[in-house]
Amino acid sequence: MNTENLRFLGFRRLDGSVGLRNHVLVLPTSICSSGTAASISEKVSGAVALYNQCGCCQIGEDIKLTTKTLVGFGKNPNVAAVLVVALGCEEVTYQKVADEIAETKKPVELLVIQDVGGTAKTIERGVSIASRMAKEVSSVEREATRLSELVVALECGGSDWTSGVISNPIVGAMVDRLISAGGTAVFSETTEIIGAEHLLAKRTRNRQVAKKLLRAVARVERRVKQAGVDLREAQPTPGNIAGGLTTIEEKSLGAICKAGKQRLEDVLEYADEIPRTGGLFFMDTPGQDIESITGMVAGGAQMVVFTTGLGTPTGCPIAPVIKVTGNSETFRRMPNDIDLNFGALIQGRETIERAGARLAGELLKVASGKITKAEKSNHIEFAMYRLYPSV
Amino acid sequence: MKAIMLNPNDNVATAIVDIPAGSLLEVQVDGRVRTVRTVQDIPRGHKLALTVLRKGESVIKYGEVIGVTMNVIDEGEHVHVHNVASRRGRGDLVRKR
Repeated sequence: MNTENLRFLGFRRLDGSVGLRNHVLVLPTSICSSGTAASISEKVSGAVALYNQCGCCQIGEDIKLTTKTLVGFGKNPNVAAVLVVALGCEEVTYQKVADEIAETKKPVELLVIQDVGGTAKTIERGVSIASRMAKEVSSVEREATRLSELVVALECGGSDWTSGVISNPIVGAMVDRLISAGGTAVFSETTEIIGAEHLLAKRTRNRQVAKKLLRAVARVERRVKQAGVDLREAQPTPGNIAGGLTTIEEKSLGAICKAGKQRLEDVLEYADEIPRTGGLFFMDTPGQDIESITGMVAGGAQMVVFTTGLGTPTGCPIAPVIKVTGNSETFRRMPNDIDLNFGALIQGRETIERAGARLAGELLKVASGKITKAEKSNHIEFAMYRLYPSV
Repeated sequence: MKAIMLNPNDNVATAIVDIPAGSLLEVQVDGRVRTVRTVQDIPRGHKLALTVLRKGESVIKYGEVIGVTMNVIDEGEHVHVHNVASRRGRGDLVRKR
């Protein structure tokens, strides 16, 4: 397959980025406006809201991180237009959120519940605005796009023994193809590279990147040690252990297989903008799947490839999530949640390389509009990483 | 094939089906075949020792250290959280000040 000529069909945005979906995002700037935002999106076809549990009573870097994550979601190329819904007294500077998203030149409007005069009026006006936006953006058509515009986030969750042996190596083979074709991939979950970081550090672009990676791992391990517990209380999870994984080292060595074999270009902070330069990036996130995905999508990833052994329903409000398993039993048990099963590979019926090519084909279909199981089931899980508890 | 080895340096194999105690297994890696008899039931996806492991010995999978044994493990024995400890994130071992 000549990877150079690979294309997908995407929505070209005014800032040059390309979306795989054409969402109108109803974006609440605090938990106090999340219910209202959900009420608006439920009444408008083509609109989606995220459920923001933060936005107030946060200090220092924590409130900055929440703001950065919200802005990142608004800026994501999968979002065609944004309606920001604020309560009015929250700590997040809602005008700043709206202004920063508007830098992408996409339509952005702001409703402040306390100014509009309560939730009923806000919902009424919000529905009217979001409906108009949905109608306007529906005229945008997909166009053939090079893979250099694509940023794919890699995630694994509900891992078992098949993850490190089957599904993650297949995703790795897919990632190597994607990057050869000019695409960008990002993986994350710093906890879940503990015990495998030395292998990644050997293939960084330079020593600074290796140092950044090792520092990130040391930081999370220090936190566990400060808590005075064996990490095994939380990692591997009870399900991972039942599925045959004994230690975090074993889980991590399996997890990094999804990052393929290419050079690691850089280590990014949570929700940092992912450069669309092509190549492989690592984002420093916690091991919780939803917080990890949220960070990468806030960084601009337009889709997620998610491997699972035990099965998980996870989706995302604005990015398609392709669920992949190497466990045929799980695929049979959770047919509405998992997109692709590569369980036959263990019997030698398919090679990792061929399976990786098959997955790359599916990736392009989903990029071009094919609906994933998580989208069909309306899974819009959303959670932001927090640096400190609320004050 | 009932169990797989991922790297020639590994001292554990992974069962890809439920394996009863007393089964004679042929485990292949890089064209070579190792034989091992299970001394316990090994659930699908779980590991078994390919050789006798001393107490404190590194457990190797993917050609890398995945943990350290907490006691002697016999050839063909189930290798899991009951007899292998992690070397990382061990806040429980940090002396309280």
